Amino acid sequence: MKTLLSLLLLTLTHSLPGSGALMAAESSVAVAANFIDAARALARQFEKSTGHRIKISYGSTGKLYAQIENGAPFDVFLAADTQRPEKLLTSGLAVAGSQFIYARGKLVLWSAQDQLFENGETYLKKTAFKRIAIANPRTAPYGLAAQQVLNHLGIWHNVQARLVRGDSIAQTFQFVATGNAESGFVANSQIKGWQGPQGTAWQVPAEYYEPINQTAVLLLRGKNNPAAEAFIDYLKSAEARDVIEGLGYGIK
Amino acid sequence: MAFDWQPIWLTLKLASLTTLILLIVGTPIAWWLARTQAWYKQAVAAVVALPLVLPPTVLGFYLLIMLGPKGPIGTLTESLGLGTLPFTFPGLVFASVFYSMPFMVQPLQNSFESLGNRPLEVAATLGASPWDRFFTVVIPLARPGFLTAIVLSFAHTIGEFGVVLMIGGNIPGETKVLSIAIYDYVETLEYGQAHLLSAGMIGFAFIVLLTLYLINGRLHRSHQ
Repeated sequence: MKTLLSLLLLTLTHSLPGSGALMAAESSVAVAANFIDAARALARQFEKSTGHRIKISYGSTGKLYAQIENGAPFDVFLAADTQRPEKLLTSGLAVAGSQFIYARGKLVLWSAQDQLFENGETYLKKTAFKRIAIANPRTAPYGLAAQQVLNHLGIWHNVQARLVRGDSIAQTFQFVATGNAESGFVANSQIKGWQGPQGTAWQVPAEYYEPINQTAVLLLRGKNNPAAEAFIDYLKSAEARDVIEGLGYGIK
Repeated sequence: MAFDWQPIWLTLKLASLTTLILLIVGTPIAWWLARTQAWYKQAVAAVVALPLVLPPTVLGFYLLIMLGPKGPIGTLTESLGLGTLPFTFPGLVFASVFYSMPFMVQPLQNSFESLGNRPLEVAATLGASPWDRFFTVVIPLARPGFLTAIVLSFAHTIGEFGVVLMIGGNIPGETKVLSIAIYDYVETLEYGQAHLLSAGMIGFAFIVLLTLYLINGRLHRSHQ
């Protein structure tokens, strides 16, 4: 009984943050769905070199934001826009001055079919497609960007009935990859990480949509968590930026 | 802000159509399950009950694959010139029929079983044909079962969420049903709208169940 109790105490104390022999801590990171591959790659590197542990949760930026507003236990927020991190700063849920742009997103019109179109713009303007997938503009920054592109091309109202909205950019990508939607607006990084057939892609010109400035912020809960602070620092390192760029993002 | 009635209307349409189809498809299945001596009866009963225990995501996943352009059903519907079913209202009806099947079949099967053979034998000796026996003897006697089955199938379809989230695509007027609309409002922190719909749902569900219990209680008493 005594040994059992001490064993229990031992495991308890060891699972407390920052109490391990190497001062290894654990941090929960909320990641916008477009960045999931990159976040996994970065976390793996980070864990190897620091011994800290990173737990990743992902969803659309809007959904994660709503969860954080409602007390979700995250230490770091890697959003796909600047607005939501700023709102968290305003409401005092994020640490002032901790925000920075960790990646610039690129929007791509993509189809799993080969040679679906020669030129994405003409394909869109002809509006001969049955269904086009975008992420929900109300919760997903890449969806908002897609809406801006369709507005820019003057076809937003024409395509209303054919718009399929993914819950996040991850679901949007899945809709297109399975062929359930012939094409859709996805993140460049998703195509880079895709192992299946390359299909047809059109890099949307950057001037067709507002910049997707993906902003990271340290959340109040992550303040004084060594793993969270170290992970934020790591994201700014040259090594991490190389990884991020290699996965299809802009950095400067 | 203007109140958006579309998801409510769409949900009622989906639930009504699903219930109607289930009534046509589910009644023979329930009848067969209640009367058969076949050795595979329990296997069929288990298949019908599967949606009760499976996560909706399992159903959503396989429907997405089967109904998609590369799936067997998707290939079939495309060759028939119907296009593919995901992200369409007919697709939601198709999914809901599977999803709500046990809620139609099980109450019907129970009430068919509790009838016993006696009323049918009596009707048969009086010269009633099998169809005659079903429509003039079974259906009136199994009325509480039908009522329960219809109400539960309808209500359960209204409560559908996971499957629709996976194969619906959140299209206003086409696949954006009530539960998805609430989810959307919550995600965007529009709690006022979310409250309106959610509180309305609670009231609606309560009234539906209460009515069912009151009517069934009366039918039960009048039988004794």
